[in-house]
Amino acid sequence: MANGTKIREGMGSIVFDVINTIIMIILAFITLYPMYYVVCASFSNNVQLLASPGVLWYPKGFNLGAYRLAFTHPLIGTGYRNILFVLIVSLPLNIIMTLFCGYFLASKNVLFKKPILAFIMFTMFFSGGMIPSYLNIRSLGLFNSLWALILPSAMSVYNAIICKTAIEAVPDSLIESAYIDGANDIFIIFRIVFPLIMSTVAVLLLYYGVGHWNSWFPASLYIQENDKLPIQNVLRAVLIANSNILNSAATDSDKIDQFAETIKYAAIVISTVPVLMIYPFLQKYFVKGVMIGAVKG
Amino acid sequence: MANRNSTIANTGAVNTVTQKNTLSYILVRDFKMNKYKYLIIIPVIVYLLVFAYKPMYGLIIAFKDYRPALGFDGSKWVGFKHFKNFFTDVYFWRLLRNTVTISGLNIIFGFPAPIILALLLNEIRNSAFKRTIQTITYMPYFISMVVVCSLVRIYCQADGVFSQMLQAFGGKPQNLLMNTKYFYPIYVISDIWKNIGWNSIIYLAALTNIDQEQYEAARIDGAGRFKQMVYITLPGLLPTITVLFILRMGGLLNVGYEKILLLYSPATYEVADVISTYVYRKGILNASYSYSTAVGLFNSIVNIFFLVISNYISKKVTESSLF
Repeated sequence: MANGTKIREGMGSIVFDVINTIIMIILAFITLYPMYYVVCASFSNNVQLLASPGVLWYPKGFNLGAYRLAFTHPLIGTGYRNILFVLIVSLPLNIIMTLFCGYFLASKNVLFKKPILAFIMFTMFFSGGMIPSYLNIRSLGLFNSLWALILPSAMSVYNAIICKTAIEAVPDSLIESAYIDGANDIFIIFRIVFPLIMSTVAVLLLYYGVGHWNSWFPASLYIQENDKLPIQNVLRAVLIANSNILNSAATDSDKIDQFAETIKYAAIVISTVPVLMIYPFLQKYFVKGVMIGAVKG
Repeated sequence: MANRNSTIANTGAVNTVTQKNTLSYILVRDFKMNKYKYLIIIPVIVYLLVFAYKPMYGLIIAFKDYRPALGFDGSKWVGFKHFKNFFTDVYFWRLLRNTVTISGLNIIFGFPAPIILALLLNEIRNSAFKRTIQTITYMPYFISMVVVCSLVRIYCQADGVFSQMLQAFGGKPQNLLMNTKYFYPIYVISDIWKNIGWNSIIYLAALTNIDQEQYEAARIDGAGRFKQMVYITLPGLLPTITVLFILRMGGLLNVGYEKILLLYSPATYEVADVISTYVYRKGILNASYSYSTAVGLFNSIVNIFFLVISNYISKKVTESSLF
């Protein structure tokens, strides 16, 4: 009898596993195929690609021309350089501001902590909105400058809360004894707290980094000259607005026409690969970040 | 220190002086003890003043006729003129309807999707397979909106993959993004594609808290895997689901403009234009600063109202809340 139940449940269980596995494989396919398609199209021959629209399983007439052109294209080059500049300046600024804010909010026995906390938290729920912010940036003279992409996103309050949660987990005794040894708060932040919350800092770096890399809207508002556009905005001009800025900026524009279709895919690949390359290695940190955020919520 | 205080307190005549002393004493001591803490919070406060509070102050132009030459303060007050104009705007109801529709569809279809994924992931026994699926499904979250929308546009072209799939079921060759009928499905499906994996993480985390003995007991009672999933795992997730659902409802009138700006076109304004994209077109493209600020302010006030209500419900129902 007991044996019989076991077998019956075993059968049901196997059916369940099979169906579940099939669903998961379909899901994985749906997720991966659009990316695979782009990679195939980017390695294709322009004419053959245009002649055979629809589903692609392999590059149509293998060709590296689009990549050769994309890598040497001035606008894609400046797009990369601009976003790298934004990242190099932003990330240290982001991390320092977030650490400072998180440390302050995690500290105890500070008389004005409550009003300052309210002052900070209020900005999470209410903002001036698009137009006043736009006019503000304009009045600050940040127009057409990469600083318009850096300064307004110097810190995210949400990330500061994540940082605060991590700092609160640092044992009080460590900080107390540092005080007794004569250390000040700034020393404590960088020499004691920072090494202890490294994995949270990694999460913050990734949140900020991916955020900057993928952001396009501020630059579309504030940047006017093509050679100051970050890579996402170059992509947007080419792929969404169908503008021919690639042609106008290139020295050999007839060559661009030969690769008009495939260069779009090559541009997608070279703008997305950096993020997707680092992401699997850091996945566990990302996941951790979600958990910390959730604990707070 | 305490000694001195008590000595002064004993002489009733200087009582007021004592209190003053104590207050300033507390302040001085606080600033002395915490001077570095105050020092490090100054950049944060300055940053928020310049980039968060100054734009909030700029909201006054919703009640003015803003002229860039006159500035925020110099422009003339006009009261609620811009709000009245918006409520009588020919597009008012269309904007409201589209915003609620897109948000509502996103909740109806987009909200359960990651829950289902988490339940199914939880049932995978081979941990390597499970990790692979997780890595794959989280990936689209990191692909930029520009790229996702570019892909959508490419696949929706008359000869694109989606269009061809529809043609196989008898559709005619057309650019799907130009057809108002297809905008919502495209929007919702691409949203699920991008976010399903990432949004499932929080549920997977909640799953680890479910008592394993419950499964044991259910197995003894003869419940199969599917029944265990429906009667144990799903109820175990219910608190998380409730909180997230209520908060999601709080954002009902909060539809982001980024994706819609990248996907819509004048041909689909009828179904795709939402409040935030209207603010963008009126404000940034047409330079009607005061009017668009008024529209944006209306939207954020409604959002806050919704958020406060849903937060209150969340507090009552689940005892957890945002604030």
